[in-house]
Amino acid sequence: MLKVKNIKVGYDNVPVIFDVSFEVREKEVVSIVGSNGAGKSTLLRTVSGILKPMNGEVEFLGQRIDGLKANKIVELGISHVPEGRHVFGKLSIKDNLLMGAYIIKSEGEKKKSLDEVYEIFPKLKERENQKAETLSGGEQQMLAIARGLMSKPKLLMVDEMSLGLAPLMVETVMQALKYISSTGLTVLLVEQKVQEALEVADRGYVLQNGRMVIEGTGEMLMETDIVKKAYLGL
Amino acid sequence: MVLQIISNGILMGFIYALVAVGLTLTWGVMDITNFAHGEMLMVGMYTAFWMFELFSIDPLLSIPISTLVVFLLGVLLYKLVIKRVLGGSGLTALLATFGLSMFLKNLAQFLFSPNYRYINGAIVTDKKIVLGNVILGLPQVVAAVGSIIMTLIIIYFINKTKTGKAIQATALNRDTALLMGIDTDKIFAITFGVSGACVGAAGALMSSFFPIYPQSGGLYSIIAFVIVAMGGLGNIKGALYAGLIIGLTEALGGFFLGTQFKYALVFLIYLIVIQVRPKGLFGW
Repeated sequence: MLKVKNIKVGYDNVPVIFDVSFEVREKEVVSIVGSNGAGKSTLLRTVSGILKPMNGEVEFLGQRIDGLKANKIVELGISHVPEGRHVFGKLSIKDNLLMGAYIIKSEGEKKKSLDEVYEIFPKLKERENQKAETLSGGEQQMLAIARGLMSKPKLLMVDEMSLGLAPLMVETVMQALKYISSTGLTVLLVEQKVQEALEVADRGYVLQNGRMVIEGTGEMLMETDIVKKAYLGL
Repeated sequence: MVLQIISNGILMGFIYALVAVGLTLTWGVMDITNFAHGEMLMVGMYTAFWMFELFSIDPLLSIPISTLVVFLLGVLLYKLVIKRVLGGSGLTALLATFGLSMFLKNLAQFLFSPNYRYINGAIVTDKKIVLGNVILGLPQVVAAVGSIIMTLIIIYFINKTKTGKAIQATALNRDTALLMGIDTDKIFAITFGVSGACVGAAGALMSSFFPIYPQSGGLYSIIAFVIVAMGGLGNIKGALYAGLIIGLTEALGGFFLGTQFKYALVFLIYLIVIQVRPKGLFGW
């Protein structure tokens, strides 16, 4: 579904991602794990078109998308939930969700999307007229994911969703994500919380200093020395 | 007497507010300090003037025309100039809009001469409304009412329409707005256009009682900067309240201290507000 081939990405011509390739297949949950500063967010920002790769290709459903404008990439069916949630704090929860459905023209379709995400996250419905900034961190993460679902994406990319959340809340959002993937949505997860991320994933990649060092199924990766030593502290 | 002064101040305040609403949009949403804002107002005034001179269209009726003209001017300036300096350093954008301001002023001087022009014989000219001891000029009353209506339209547009909400989302977080599929480039063009529409309407409303000349926008844009800073960047209601405060300050200060001090007082209040509340009285 998503094929990233040998991309090199940087800021102001200083590369932070070197020759990285990975793939997400239909209906998979893929996790890319790595420590802070490894380049995980840069990777997602490149896929969603906010950053342009210096080298390499990004292909989605057989079409090259590097070089497309970010808003066009959303229309193709990639939804990116950014790190740090970035809900629109001054807008109401409902308006945040409707912004997520910005590319959907039909009012009926929008309403349907809204009902669907309210079903997954009933708390958001209770407070739909409240400003997003009044939510707690965990609730804002729920909102960010719900907003990401509003455009009816084919691929949902979630950046660091455990960031700043209490362990119990991490568990809750992971459960929500599991449910979402069980509905057939393809998910690409980028996480520092290696264990949680690899547990929910079908396959995973480990990114270190801008390079993919290892890939495999979630269980297999957790048994490798690299992951055990560097991330799980075993 | 004081009631008369207060009334004048309030009427003027609403007009200032509309000019400032236009400025606060581009400033708050795009982080662009548009020094050519006053010149866009001037274009609005000239549009009303020429519609009256050439086609005998009363300024009241040419409001939609000048609103549209300056809306399009805003979109054009965005596409030709502003777009290229967005994302660069703030100073580049500042200098670019400053250059635009100089260019538009000199273009107006070249095309229309530096002479003061007046619209004589508009529907509202020389008419008065008498309320007890208070005498209000009809042009000012109409301009104030028109400004209120236009400001309300802008508030409705920003808060209730899909495009308006996308403008807010873009102002709050440009990258995230992109991730929602919002074409932020288009949103910026619209924002600049709407900012122009505000001063286009204001220009037509003011044209029946202010002299029209190439520099006529300058003073209002400086006052608009003060209002925007007081009201909080991007805060439309804040601009409305701050506009009223400035209008009243100017009128009362001019009366009690002498007209030569009225702007000094305006800027003094501004300095005090900025010291106490750097984000403005109604800042986010």
